[in-house]
Amino acid sequence: MLEIRELELNMGPQHPATHGVLRLILKVDGERIIDAKPVIGYLHRGTEKLFENQTYPMNVPHTDRLDYIAAATNNHAYCGAVEKLLGVEVPRKAKFIRVILDELQRISSHLVWLATHALDIGAMTPFFYTFRERELILDLFEEYCGARLTLNCMTIGGVPEDLPEGWIEKLQNFIQIFEEKIWDYENLLTDNRIWKKRTIGVGVISPEDAINYGLTGPPLRGSGIKYDVRRALPYEVYPELDFEIPIGKNGDTYDRYLVRMEEMRQSIRILKQCIEKMPKEGEIQAKGLKFIKPKPAEVYFSVEAPKGELGFHIISDGSPKPYRVRVRPPSFINLQALPHMVKGHLIADVVAVIGTLDIVLGEIDR
Amino acid sequence: MSFLFLYLILPAIKGIVILSIILFLVAYATFIERRVLAFMQARLGPNLAGPEGILQPIADGVKLLFKEDLVPSRAQRFLHLLAPVLILVPALVIFGLVPFGEAGNLFGLLKEPITLYITDVNVALLLVIGFASLGVYGLILGGWSSNSKYSFIGALRSAAQVVSYEVPQVISLASVLILSGSLSLVKIVQAQKEMGLWFIFPGFIAFFIYIVCGIAETNRLPFDLPEAESELVAGYHTEYSGMKFAFFFMGEYANMIVVSSVATVVFLGGWLPPFPSLSIWQHLPDLPLVWFFGKVLAFLFLYIWLRATFPRYRFDQLMDLAWKWLLPLSILNLVIIGLVKWGIK
Amino acid sequence: MSEKKGQPEYQSALENSFVLKLKEKFKEEILDAKTYSSELTIWISKEILIPVCKDLWEDGFIYLVDIMGIHYPQREKKFELSYILHNFKNNERLRLKVEVKEGEPVPSLTEIWKGANWLEREIFDMFGVQFSNHPNLERILMWEGFQGHPLRKDFPLKGIDTGAAIYPDVYPEGVKPPKGGENA
Repeated sequence: MLEIRELELNMGPQHPATHGVLRLILKVDGERIIDAKPVIGYLHRGTEKLFENQTYPMNVPHTDRLDYIAAATNNHAYCGAVEKLLGVEVPRKAKFIRVILDELQRISSHLVWLATHALDIGAMTPFFYTFRERELILDLFEEYCGARLTLNCMTIGGVPEDLPEGWIEKLQNFIQIFEEKIWDYENLLTDNRIWKKRTIGVGVISPEDAINYGLTGPPLRGSGIKYDVRRALPYEVYPELDFEIPIGKNGDTYDRYLVRMEEMRQSIRILKQCIEKMPKEGEIQAKGLKFIKPKPAEVYFSVEAPKGELGFHIISDGSPKPYRVRVRPPSFINLQALPHMVKGHLIADVVAVIGTLDIVLGEIDR
Repeated sequence: MSFLFLYLILPAIKGIVILSIILFLVAYATFIERRVLAFMQARLGPNLAGPEGILQPIADGVKLLFKEDLVPSRAQRFLHLLAPVLILVPALVIFGLVPFGEAGNLFGLLKEPITLYITDVNVALLLVIGFASLGVYGLILGGWSSNSKYSFIGALRSAAQVVSYEVPQVISLASVLILSGSLSLVKIVQAQKEMGLWFIFPGFIAFFIYIVCGIAETNRLPFDLPEAESELVAGYHTEYSGMKFAFFFMGEYANMIVVSSVATVVFLGGWLPPFPSLSIWQHLPDLPLVWFFGKVLAFLFLYIWLRATFPRYRFDQLMDLAWKWLLPLSILNLVIIGLVKWGIK
Repeated sequence: MSEKKGQPEYQSALENSFVLKLKEKFKEEILDAKTYSSELTIWISKEILIPVCKDLWEDGFIYLVDIMGIHYPQREKKFELSYILHNFKNNERLRLKVEVKEGEPVPSLTEIWKGANWLEREIFDMFGVQFSNHPNLERILMWEGFQGHPLRKDFPLKGIDTGAAIYPDVYPEGVKPPKGGENA
């Protein structure tokens, strides 16, 4: 008898489709996957340790580097957590600016997701289309805060700057362009037979399993659970805004694709309402936050980041530095379900599932 | 003189000329692809080397030529070297059989017209199929000899893919044989001239199957699984660099041109204009080469267009398509064409 | 600004109906309960962690949001774990807190939530807290063979010299590669 053993395929950390430095050890039988083991930590920078050694405001720029595709939501989650700890109420105008930045960030993050996801599955063209529109968002960010990627666009108690003159008009212009261009992507993919074949029934996760694994964001909503932090535990001005939470039915890659596409449209809806409702004048920064030295306490605050629920868990000890800051990274917890989702599928599906989970290694490894 | 000239010197001259044309076309096919793809994807593409980037293929060639020749430490050195050659050479050999035109004096350059092909073999179509399938050895040897898992999986995939897609492809070509009654490529074109109709019209299904299989055999999107970048890094040529990589690259484009040329000859009437029996063509200048290469370029454009549009199939779906759809369809088509031919007689 | 008016105070939540219900069942194993900024926190002893979680799971707290580890070097029970649970029915949240001594294992929640796996591994990696009945308790962010637990308060911020040679021995005679965190 010949000895039969499975091929062990080491995918990553340097691999075109693992979105950074994710390493997967795949056990394959032919092309079929028997087991997958994610190995992470290649991008570990000890961010949580750094947080403990800096004062509260000094930590804000460090949050940019967690999920570097969506820096605004990271800033928001951290600042929100500190505000909750201090019991600070953010001025109304700042709340609107934060929501606008968040939703723009959500669109830009989803565009990056769509680009890489489609590229992994072999469709090359959406990559260039989505990056064309993402460029417009980055230009908007640049005009607001000077940075394009690592924004540092929020402060504890508000936002650092008022919106520049003419920015709203540019935003409206972008909304107009984007509403049109989103059909470009849909035309290429949504009804494409090959796209459907590659995504329907791939990486299925049942609602029970999705909750059990702690998935959040589009992977959870793709399985049909209507959970969105913006609605479940509302923050800022989201209760006043009218938007829908798209959910999927089957919990497969195609449903998650549809959910994210719809989320982009809903973000546009939110942006339009924000432009309408935002007060013209007003404070953008809460008063009395020159020196932050909270009493001992523990809070947890989360926002709906593009990848899922991003939470910051802060313990203060009465000093100007936090005693402990813990990040609840959505990608880290979503990635955990990967072995469950790819078991029994083919190698080609692994990249599809990695794409559909929309992971960012900066956030996973921290 | 005449014997020596006709059977040795003239074919040699033709061979060199055609080889240079093909290699030129291969080099510029990459350039065309990059520019057209860029145009479709809202970007610029290479436009700096020379006017409109026209010198880009030469720059690429020079760069690859001067690159260090790396061989993985545990690779089979000889086979590693042989594989790229095995891929490019059969593709080039096929052009010895492809007729570019019946007879012509090359736009008045020559006093007496010459035949615009190197040889007219009786079994040319069989030879073409045979040489085309030799290329798969290059893929397998390349994948296996590099001693890398990604290359190996890529090689296995490509072997399975090429072998499966050859079956419906050959059957679809067989329906053309029924129509033309000859294996000689020149006679096939002449049969189309006599019929006054390109074979694409009676044999549309065969043409469709041939094109799908041709794309699959050249490992192009949506069937580029053997070199699927996002899964297998680069598939069978993961471990290749420098000129050896260039050979794989040229092999791919040469194979594209082979598939396009064969499709042109067999289904689109080779050097013939559309509906060659129309009297209007007698008043217009006869331009065999223009027609031929025009059709080939149209095919190349189709390749690029598909690449810009489609995602990639998965391996099992690819096999499903070949065995469950294309094979029965091609057999059915063969039966139908046979019945039609019998009915006409 | 520490005496700022706005900062909320901890309030005892022992009279909370929810806490009372738990207290009825687990008696004095429920150590304390407080709310801060409308977040309910319940301190429990680690022996009843699994039964409490199972009870809460029945009550609808089917989603484990996060687990945080905290290191208090001065206390007798040096480590504190903070579990956040979520109830989808009325979007309610709850924090469970467990204190452990060094070297004492904490029961693993992986039998209830598969998602607890990596969270617990991370705490093991960063703090060295042991979890009993964990299917695969090994380092997750740091590499295998790493000595120490980075998020402990006594771990130097500069890092430690792990002995891993980042630079090969190509330095000229007498010049040594810079050592990381030797005296930190």
